[in-house]
Parts: sequence; structure tokens; C-alpha cells
Amino acid sequence: MSEKIPMERHNYDVLVIGAGGAGLRAAVEAREAGLRVAIICKSLFGKAHTVMAEGGIAASMGNVNDKDGWKVHFRDTMRGGKFLNHYRMAELHAKESPDRVWELELWGALFDRTGEGKISQRNFGGHEYPRLAHVGDRTGLELIRTMQQKIVSMQQQDKKDHGDAESYLKVFAEVTITEVLKENGKVVGAYGYKRENGNELLFESPAVILATGGVGKTFKITSNSWEGTGDGHALALKAGGNLVDMEFLQFHPTGMVWPPSVRGILVTESVRGEGGVLTNTKGERFMFKYIPDVFKDKYADNEAEADRWYLDQDNNRRPPELLPRDEVARAINAEVKAGRGSPHGGVFLDVSKRIPADVIKKRLPSMWHQFYELAGVDITKEPMEVGPTCHYVMGGVEVDPDTAAAVGVAGLFAAGEVAGGMHGSNRLGGNSLSDLLVFGRRAGAGAADYVKNSQPVKVSEASIRDAAEKIAAPFKRTGGENPYTLHQELQEITHNLVGIIRTRSELQDAIEKIAAIRKRIEEVSVSGNRLFNPGFHLSFDLDNMLLVAESTAKSAIVREESRGGHTRDDFPAMDPKWRSQNNIASFNGKEVVVKQQNLPKMPNELFDLFDIHELEKYLSKEELPNNAGVRS
Amino acid sequence: MIKLRIWRGDARDGALKDVEVEANEGEVVLDVIHRVQATQMGDLAVRWNCKAGKCGSCSMEINGKPRLACMTQVANFEEGETITVTPLRAFPVIKDLVTDVSFNYKKAMEVDSFTPPVGLKAGEVRMAQVDVERSQEFRKCIECFLCQDTCHVIRDHEENKKSFAGPRFFIRLAELDMHPLDILKNRKQKAQAEHGLGMCNITKCCTEVCPEHIKITDNAIIPMKERVVDVKYDPVRWLGSKIRKREGIV
Repeated sequence: MSEKIPMERHNYDVLVIGAGGAGLRAAVEAREAGLRVAIICKSLFGKAHTVMAEGGIAASMGNVNDKDGWKVHFRDTMRGGKFLNHYRMAELHAKESPDRVWELELWGALFDRTGEGKISQRNFGGHEYPRLAHVGDRTGLELIRTMQQKIVSMQQQDKKDHGDAESYLKVFAEVTITEVLKENGKVVGAYGYKRENGNELLFESPAVILATGGVGKTFKITSNSWEGTGDGHALALKAGGNLVDMEFLQFHPTGMVWPPSVRGILVTESVRGEGGVLTNTKGERFMFKYIPDVFKDKYADNEAEADRWYLDQDNNRRPPELLPRDEVARAINAEVKAGRGSPHGGVFLDVSKRIPADVIKKRLPSMWHQFYELAGVDITKEPMEVGPTCHYVMGGVEVDPDTAAAVGVAGLFAAGEVAGGMHGSNRLGGNSLSDLLVFGRRAGAGAADYVKNSQPVKVSEASIRDAAEKIAAPFKRTGGENPYTLHQELQEITHNLVGIIRTRSELQDAIEKIAAIRKRIEEVSVSGNRLFNPGFHLSFDLDNMLLVAESTAKSAIVREESRGGHTRDDFPAMDPKWRSQNNIASFNGKEVVVKQQNLPKMPNELFDLFDIHELEKYLSKEELPNNAGVRS
Repeated sequence: MIKLRIWRGDARDGALKDVEVEANEGEVVLDVIHRVQATQMGDLAVRWNCKAGKCGSCSMEINGKPRLACMTQVANFEEGETITVTPLRAFPVIKDLVTDVSFNYKKAMEVDSFTPPVGLKAGEVRMAQVDVERSQEFRKCIECFLCQDTCHVIRDHEENKKSFAGPRFFIRLAELDMHPLDILKNRKQKAQAEHGLGMCNITKCCTEVCPEHIKITDNAIIPMKERVVDVKYDPVRWLGSKIRKREGIV
């Protein structure tokens, strides 16, 4: 393209990349601190992947069972993550999530209610008490709409006070950021382009908050939308940040498996929370066979007790369908491999025999709708076919828990799925929406504090030229490969070699194949012009997904154990040696390099929340502080 | 193989293009559009996100009808039938199947925001399920804007857009009007005076295209129209109708 591409120049105090729950909550906080904030939306405002969250927001409000509290929630989160969580993040999350849910009500959210008129809370995998605030099975939509409307209300106030609704808080929809810019080691802004006209955008801003969500599109079968291409993960790596524990991916146990066009679409865990059971093709309720030792005293080993639990939770153990997601996904995988799968390679999930049709339609309306319209299955009458789908990445940008500041990059922050550490090796359902709000708010506050103590920034002409050249590159090349074809190839590699069950030889193969595909991705060429061109856009996404895939494969090959969302066929057990180690991935400009780092040491008062016998299952003797943990 | 006729072009001009593309069992229109994109038209513009009817991004007109492409099964069409996909007609085209829907975001900005009582404390809110359900129905809206697209008040009448907010924002106004915590008193009157509620002549086209099956006309527009009339002429009748309505709405 010979014509000069117009460039818009913008100046803000804080730039938030991502307009899901975390990004919008961060923007609200930074604006309330008096700053001028820009929000970058990859899609239209209000379409972020947060809308897909179905089950609910985990917060220990104790509305349904008053025994609940932050300490119980903290324990459940650490257990779910197999003690690889950053303890401080899990602690802040457990303590602050009730306030984050309650404040949504003051912004207009309408949660389902208990008989007393409080926010209703439902059961979910790994949560000891009913804990998930919800709106039917469309909780994420409620969250995103509430945040969207909160932003609008702040803009209306700015219009009253300053005459212009967008003077302090502006949403840039359908914009893609290709680079976080730094000068003298500090963040000074970001560069990107706008799809509706192809114009380039320069943001000068001393603080950039990454809230870009997940990486699912790196994999073939995923519940993620087109946006989940690891943009923030890659932007952080390229800006000099670290990614922690990228080997941990959550394969949600229940995605749709049939028809092929809906393969991977999420079937909410609420189906099991409301009483749905998993059976194989022989009609066996197989989950009883898959209760791991560490969970034996919390989960029922027979159907009678599991069924009683729905009515009396104090005197019965939970049904094993409600084990953490990693356990259920592995169990389904094993059943299918053993030849006991459903006709289309999944297992059966059934609510129809346990819950009346009208209750199913009321509590799980979008599931009913989804199966009826897309698969021709009436879930009030027949079972669903389900199987694992790539859903969530536990790994992400290494951050300071209290401020969400990215380690090693002054001015960069990260919150939500793009940040690592909070969920350890496996995330509990419901802990994502609360994570978005708790750490979105902290990132907004952290960035605001940082900006108030920083100098105005200026992006150099050389940086601008460099960033613009990179954007123009795919059109300058000719005869390169089709980006869609390369995307499919990358997905095949990750699906086949870095999937649910991994081995050394396959991971080695993956690393080599990823290195080989990098050269081809760097030579991609695209057709058409810049105007709303998905092929052009995919060429940038591909680059991001490649870095994610490389980080995941290289982290997975060194972690020689199985834990949470990382299962090694050749190292099938948890290894306490690895319990104390985070994998830290960084980028040297040519390739991803992974090294190990000790987990931060949990203070004694948090150790004391656990029974010593439980701690001994996870931690080595040397790690246990003297007299820590309660002896029962 | 199926036959697709896709509108291609931009704000200046464009035309329908015929393509043939493979289609597999159970696929929806969005699947075959993606296949066209991956194999024949790399720069074909289409919006999409969740592909599960939950985000409202892939709105377009399929054989002239406003629909979500992700929820429209290819199998619903006759064998050999050409499926024609065109951009939403009520909004200006950006490129191909993508339109400029900023009208809707401008209208959202014109609706007075949720206004809770001053001093309401977090965690102390108590509301009955029956009272939140009326507004919850409207909060199911996924903002696909199909109702806006089909509404004849603006579909072919650009001149009405200035004074007409459209069905999506009538349910937003109704949602706030029925919200147990909202204290703004004059929402119905504003709906009439500022958002063009009176221009709606309840043909129910919006309700018919709503993928979330929200009863836009019956549960939002008509109750607001009735009450705004009642408020104007007879406060006692208004009170009576409000009580009856509460029982009648599930």
C-alpha cells in the first residue's frame, strides 16, 4: 500500500486493553481516582467473552449457608489449584469478592434471590458451600451489562460536569493493539489500528492495563470466542514481562460434542450443581471411580449418599460430579478412551430424570435453548452428550498481587484471565467472575497510584515508525501462506501434542513443529485492504497464539509431574518438589525461555487455616513451617 | 455443497456475490460463512464472538429476515435453495456483512442511568424474586439489535432515528421503570416525550425477531404506553392497573 495511512494520536492517563469484566472494572476504578481513561474493545462494547460465563460469581456471602466465609473460600481455592496458587492472590480474592458482588447491585445488577430476598447462591464444583451468585445461567451477561451501564452512567456524569461524555472515559470499539510501547524501560503507551477504517492509533499513556482474557483459540476444541487469542499474554512477553505457569490449561469437562459445528461450546457446570449426573454408555455413574485420595473425605463414594447431599449437606459428602474441573475432565477422557463413551465421543450428562422440566427451564434456560436450537436435544427429556473443551488458562502474566503490576515492566498491569497465579494449577468454577472484579479493581487502583507518581510520557518517532511498519507488513508480502490455514495447523499441533494428556516425546515434537510454523507465520500474506479485514487481523492473532503455544509447550515439558490442568502420562503423580516451583516464561526476541522460580512462602496464619494432614498431602516436610496447620 | 449469495461491498457501493461452499451436518449459517472466509474470501467482513447465541454479534439478514447467523441452521433451508446473506438494513454498511451500529450506543447514552436511593448500602439490599423477575426478562437482552433493524419506524426512515430510541431501549426503559431499586419517577413520561414511545404502533415485529424471546411489545411497550396514558389522565386508574399488571406478569 503506497498511500499514507492516517494516524490518530490520543493521550490518556490509563489505557485499558480489554473490555470484559476485568477491563471495565479497572476502568471504573481508575476513573473514580480522577484519571482520564481509554478502554480498548477488541469487538463491540458489551460483547466480551465474559458474557459466556454462565454459572455464577463465587463470593462467600453466606446467604444460603451461613457457615461460609472468606477462610472457607480461600481453602477451597487453594485445594482446587492444588496449592500452586499465589497465596496472596487467593487471600485477597476470597476476602474481597463479597464486596465486589454487592457493589454490582448498587450499579443495577439483578441477581436471583433467596426466600429472604438476599442474593441466591448455588453449589458448584470444589466449593464447600453454595457460593455462586447467579442470574439463571446467564450470570456473565448480567455482569458485563452492569459494568457497561456503569461506564455509561459515569460518562453521563462527565457530560454534566465537563460538557463532553467522553472527556474522561472513552471506549474505542473494534480496535486491535499490536504493541505496548516502552521508552527507557518504562511503558509509554500502545499502538494499534481501528477495523472500521483501517486507521492507526497511537495512545500515549504512562500506564497500560492488560485485561485481554484467554488463549482458547490456540486450541482446536474450545469454548472461547474469536477474541481468545492470547493477545495480552503476547503483548506482555514482548514488552519484557513474564508468564507464570503457562502449562496449566483448564479443559472444562463439559463442552458440547455434537453436532460438529458446536463442538466445544460450553455446557455450564450449573447443570451438575443443580443435580445433573454423568454416565457412560453402560449407564454407570462413573465418577465414583475417580475420586483422588486428596479429596476422599469430602466426596461421597456411593450414589445414596451423593443423592442425600442435595437435601442435607451437613451430614453427607458431596457427589463426585462436583469434583474440581481437572478431575472430572480427566475422568471423562479416561471413560471415552476405555471405549465407554457416547456415540459422538463424549459421555452423557443428564438432568432430565432428576429435575422437573419446568425447573430445568427456569434454572438453566440458556442451556435448554442452546441444546434445543443447536443440537435438537430437549434436555428436559433426554441426556446431553458432553466432553472436555479448552476453556481457561490458569497461566498468565506474573503480577504483584496487591497492585496487579506486571513484574519487571514499569507501568504495565494485568488483571483477569490474562494474569497468572490466582488459580494455581486449576481454577474453580465461579472464581473467574470474582477474579475479574477483585483484580480488575486492584489493577485500576494500582495503575492510578502509579500514574499519580509518574511523569508525562512521550513516544519517540522511531517507535511509531517501527510499530506502523509491523502493521503494514502483511500487505507488503506476496505469495505467503493463508493465515486461516496456518491457524488450523497450529490448532492441530496444540490439540494433538499439548492437549489434556501430555508426554515428553509429544511435547518435544510440538516444540519443534511450533518453531517450524513460526517461520511460515512470519511470512503470511493477506488479500484485500485494511478495511474490516478478518484475514489481516488473523495475521496478528496468529503471532500471539504462536507465542502462547510455545510458552505452554515449553513449560509443560519441564514440569515432570501431573497437577491440575497439566497431566503427564509419563509422570502421572503430583510431586511435592514441583509444588514449590513456578515456571516463568520470558521472550528473548527470538524464542520463549522457561526457568523455575520458588513460589512465595505462605504466612503461618494462612497455613493454620488447614488441617496438617491435608497440608502433608501437598507439601514436602521441608516446606511445612514448625507447628503450622491445625492438628485434628 | 450449498449455494450462498453474499452481499459484498462498503459504504460506497457493493453487490451480491454467488459462491458455492461445503456444508456439513448440523452446521449453522455462520459456519459456512467462516468456510467461505477461510477458503475463498479471506477479507470477507463478518462480526461474531460466542457462536452460541449469547453475545448478539453475528446479526445479519438471512433471506431478508433479521437473524443471528450462529443460530440459523443450514438444514432449515430447502435442498438446492440459495441462502442470501446481507447486512442489517437499518444501519449504514461498513463493509460486507458489518454495519455501523453506533446509533444504538448513542441511544444508550440518552437513557437516564439506574438511580438507586441515596445512602443504599452494599449488602443490605433485599428484593423478592417475583419483583426482580420482571426486569430480569429485559436484562436477558443480548444487544443483537435485530429488533432495532426490523422496526419499521427506523428501518426505512432515517429521519425518525433522531427522535426514536427503538425497541431495545424501550425494554431498557421498562427494565429501569420496573427495577425494585430505581427511584427515578418519570421514566414512562420520558419514554413518551424524549424516546419516541408514541411512534411505536405495536406491530410486534420486534418481538418476533428477538432471539431471546423477550416479549418486547406485550411486557414492555404496551404496559408503558398504557401507564403513560393513565398517568396523564387518571391517577386512580393508573394505580389500579399497576396492581393488576403485577399479578398478570410472570
